[in-house]
Amino acid sequence: MKARRIVVTSGKGGVGKTTTTANLGAALAQRGKRVILVDADIGLRNLDLVLGIEKRIVFDLVEVVEGRCQLRQALVRDKRFGDDLAILPAAQTRDKTAVSEQQFADVVAGLAEMCDYVLIDSPAGIEHGFRNAVAGAAEAIVVTTPEVSAIRDADRVNGKLQERKLPMRLIVNRVRPEMVRTGEMMSVDDVCDILSAELLGIVPDDPEVIDTTNRGIPLVLDPSQRLGAIYTKIARRLEGEIIPFTQIGGGFFSRLFDALRAG
Amino acid sequence: MEAQQTRAQQTEAHQTEAQQTQALARVPQAPAVGGEARSEPKTRGRSIVITSGKGGVGKTTTTANVGIALAARGARVVLVDADVGLRNLDLVLGLESRVRFHLLDVIEGTAPLDDALVRDKRVPTLWLLAAAQNREKDDVDTEAMCALIERLRERFDYVIVDSPAGIETGFKNAVAGADEAIVVCTPEVAAVRDVDRVVGLLGNRISVQLVVNRIRPALVRKGKMLSVEDVNSILRLPLLGVLGDAPDVIVATNRGEPVALDETAPIAAGYRAIAARIAGEDVAAPTADEPAGFFEKLGSLFGGRH
Amino acid sequence: MLEQVTEWFRNVFGAQSSSAVAKDRLRLVLLSDHLALAPDVIDALRRDLLDVISRYLEVDEAHSDVSFEHKEAGIAMLANIPILAMRPPEKIAESPADAQASAKSAGVDDDTGVLEAVHPNGRTDNYGRRPRRRRRRKSSGASQTAPAQ
Repeated sequence: MKARRIVVTSGKGGVGKTTTTANLGAALAQRGKRVILVDADIGLRNLDLVLGIEKRIVFDLVEVVEGRCQLRQALVRDKRFGDDLAILPAAQTRDKTAVSEQQFADVVAGLAEMCDYVLIDSPAGIEHGFRNAVAGAAEAIVVTTPEVSAIRDADRVNGKLQERKLPMRLIVNRVRPEMVRTGEMMSVDDVCDILSAELLGIVPDDPEVIDTTNRGIPLVLDPSQRLGAIYTKIARRLEGEIIPFTQIGGGFFSRLFDALRAG
Repeated sequence: MEAQQTRAQQTEAHQTEAQQTQALARVPQAPAVGGEARSEPKTRGRSIVITSGKGGVGKTTTTANVGIALAARGARVVLVDADVGLRNLDLVLGLESRVRFHLLDVIEGTAPLDDALVRDKRVPTLWLLAAAQNREKDDVDTEAMCALIERLRERFDYVIVDSPAGIETGFKNAVAGADEAIVVCTPEVAAVRDVDRVVGLLGNRISVQLVVNRIRPALVRKGKMLSVEDVNSILRLPLLGVLGDAPDVIVATNRGEPVALDETAPIAAGYRAIAARIAGEDVAAPTADEPAGFFEKLGSLFGGRH
Repeated sequence: MLEQVTEWFRNVFGAQSSSAVAKDRLRLVLLSDHLALAPDVIDALRRDLLDVISRYLEVDEAHSDVSFEHKEAGIAMLANIPILAMRPPEKIAESPADAQASAKSAGVDDDTGVLEAVHPNGRTDNYGRRPRRRRRRKSSGASQTAPAQ
């Protein structure tokens, strides 16, 4: 079973890579795909936290690379998804130079034999940690927000991905439709235009997402969270379905967003 | 209370103006290595690094706004972008089109320091030393970075370094040469965990203070967001400031006009208060359009320290 | 100049939305980032520039220089190209667009006319001479329309 190996990256920190990796992985798993998530942020791991499995970590990526455990032993299963979602955690007490690009690629290749999707949560930046994360991947998802710094960094990352000939698709995160309407925030079209990128998903800003990540609850599992449906749509697009994007800043989406605020 | 605030703001505005005029008089005509003609005795400036571990919590925005607020008080301030390869301090300040040379050019001797320093036109005592965009963080030699910071301390009252995310070379170079650190944390478990790691790495060598950014009192009250006390019960750091989550910041960054310059933006007062505290003033909790209850709570937090 | 233009817009049309300002600034800064990052783009641009100028002037390619500098207005391209001699008017090479236009006016099939006018010897660095004007003819195939060399 050879999995699709996808790195989730951004350049800029804090735009939602980990949240995206976790929720996209959960959405795919909910649809019956076997998914393994890899936290490539050695030293500042957070994927475990976002999925609420931090207390169940026994081994980590660095220990696998250093031969102190088998790959399977390091995988932490998310029991909420049966056998369909597992995480390979990063080490917390080391830093990104603990693993080489080749070692990382080998680990991902090993994981790809066990599942349908390997999603790699890249750290911020374009240095060693990013290079490791990309070394294991055959495709990329770039996450950005409609803000100048994030877009500039996403552009830089695009360049790096193009150098490696990795096909890339874009998720625009934390869109605030009311600010787009008043011209105070760039629109999704603006962002795609500037980055010349193929759009994979649009995720609106929702401050209550912080609460779910604090609690370690994937959005698809929380019926009060309408963003879960959006990650499901992104998962379906990843699978090849053509799903139109909801208009931001008016029409259906503004009603949805009003409902979000009310809920 | 509101009338008092308006008078206080007016007084502050007058004072700022007076200080700016004085600062302008001190500006050197021909920049020279090692310092300019000054009437007062030269004291070595303070070097402060702004860091966090986690990306996207507001390091660069804080560097820009606190820097500009300090400069607006008359201090000579240089902001140093240590995020080699992914520079953004220039963009947040709106100075991106005026950057000709950068940090590595100075370190490697390609360009003199004075050619690399970009002076802010709005607040003339503020300068920027930009990062290189097409180089790597590993290209910066730590000792050379320390030497550069020392050189800057001879010329400026404040050298503020904007650290990149992470804990690798970029972070190490950013903290090298700093005597003080400001860690920026958002009220999220992931951010708190990363700050905790960073504080551990900073060790006892430098003094550390905390800024909690993007707090939303309404969500805190509903139990959907960590409170400042929640965050600091884990970190146990002296609290330097608390900032709300303001859309003004997005608009300000769009325009390249740091929000601290906007007298009408509530969050600007927060940055000015942080600047005042850094300068040693005993300042009350920042004004914002927040309910009084939140303020009283904050007041006790600030009153309780030192 | 970007600052001046933005200011002018604000004065004449009222405040430009911050998202529009952001988009403008981003385009400029990304151009600057890309130029610094992609020397091969600069090489290709330099090559094309020299090719065009060489049609009109004999230049010293070995000592030519194309660079980019930051100015107040934004980014400026500076080209320093030593000129050795003017080309005589009849020897000025035709651009592909000009060749197409003159071939068209001679009643020639566009594609083949251009091909023959521009690349009579199959070499890409020699655009050939401008074809002599012919009396208007109906389009009748490539062989009848080969321009004189």
